[in-house]
Amino acid sequence: MTASPPRTILICSGKGGVGKTTLTANLGIALASQGVRTAVLDADFGLRNLDLLLGLENRIVYTAQEVLAGSCRLEQAMVKHKQEPNLALLPAGNPRMLEWLKPEDMQKIVELIKPHFDVVLIDAPAGIEDGFKNAAAAAEEAIVVTTPEVSAVRDADRVIGLLNTRNIEPIQLVLNRVRPKMMANQEMLGVSDVTDILALPLLGLVLEDEQVIVSTNRGEPLTLNGGKSPAAVAYRNIARRLQGETIPLPDPTQLNRGLRAKVRQLMQTKIF
Amino acid sequence: MTLRDLIDRLLGRQQASAPTAKHRLQLVLAHDRSDLNPELLQRMRKEILEVVSKYVELDLEGGDVSLETEERTTALVANLPIRRVKDTALQTLASGES
Repeated sequence: MTASPPRTILICSGKGGVGKTTLTANLGIALASQGVRTAVLDADFGLRNLDLLLGLENRIVYTAQEVLAGSCRLEQAMVKHKQEPNLALLPAGNPRMLEWLKPEDMQKIVELIKPHFDVVLIDAPAGIEDGFKNAAAAAEEAIVVTTPEVSAVRDADRVIGLLNTRNIEPIQLVLNRVRPKMMANQEMLGVSDVTDILALPLLGLVLEDEQVIVSTNRGEPLTLNGGKSPAAVAYRNIARRLQGETIPLPDPTQLNRGLRAKVRQLMQTKIF
Repeated sequence: MTLRDLIDRLLGRQQASAPTAKHRLQLVLAHDRSDLNPELLQRMRKEILEVVSKYVELDLEGGDVSLETEERTTALVANLPIRRVKDTALQTLASGES
């Protein structure tokens, strides 16, 4: 598509269950549908799930393990998405790989993938141990996913500290599972609270959306087939911003402007 | 204080939790980022107070030495209300000059 060199982007969070893999799957589909040749690499060798979210679990023949061992070619291991041919997955290998996998191995895999794609998304495992360090070794930039909860933000901060020491740049933030009503009532950390604390530019904001569970059940990411749910739109905007487009971020607390929103605003006025 | 805080207080309700969350996070992150353990901070606080107390009389109740963090940099902030300057400190200063 473009002549610019391929980008390798780590998707990480520290805490588990905040939406790393969901973001990787949806962003992968969204980028691919926008014409970007995208590879998604499941670097969570212990608890792999990216194949499941993409609905590709039954099409895996070879994994990163066979590629590294030289027992198959990269093209044989990469699983191409049927509806979105611009997207391909390199599945994680056997969990036993964790015993010997080194940062250099991940670098080797990514170097093999890079020539064929515009963007390589690396889905990191939770935590800040070896698995994370291996995944980070192969990345040039990063997206940190967090939710507006104290534990997730604290863990994200640890991860950002580690990324900083590795000269990974830029590091951008995706705030996931935002509940506008709670935020407006000041019962959930606000968008600026989180961006102030973590001091990262905000790449995207994804509202809590039940459809995410439905799409996971089916193995069809929300962004597939032009899905219109709020989260699908948010993921597509993230993909566009990642390519340099300027798309304004909505203020979640102003989403339903009505009498109630006005009253809520009045209640937050500083009186002394 | 916001209008909501006032109403909450008048009705005896709990105040909104987000400001509490932010405050707690800022404190815990200041520690996480600096890698200073609370014990070390406590010792530092004690020694700082000892040094300052040589010169001025402090209001120990109102004082506070803590870590604060902004834009990913951490600062040691000491807030030490002074009751009065000690006479002995002024005397040593005068004798030192003469």
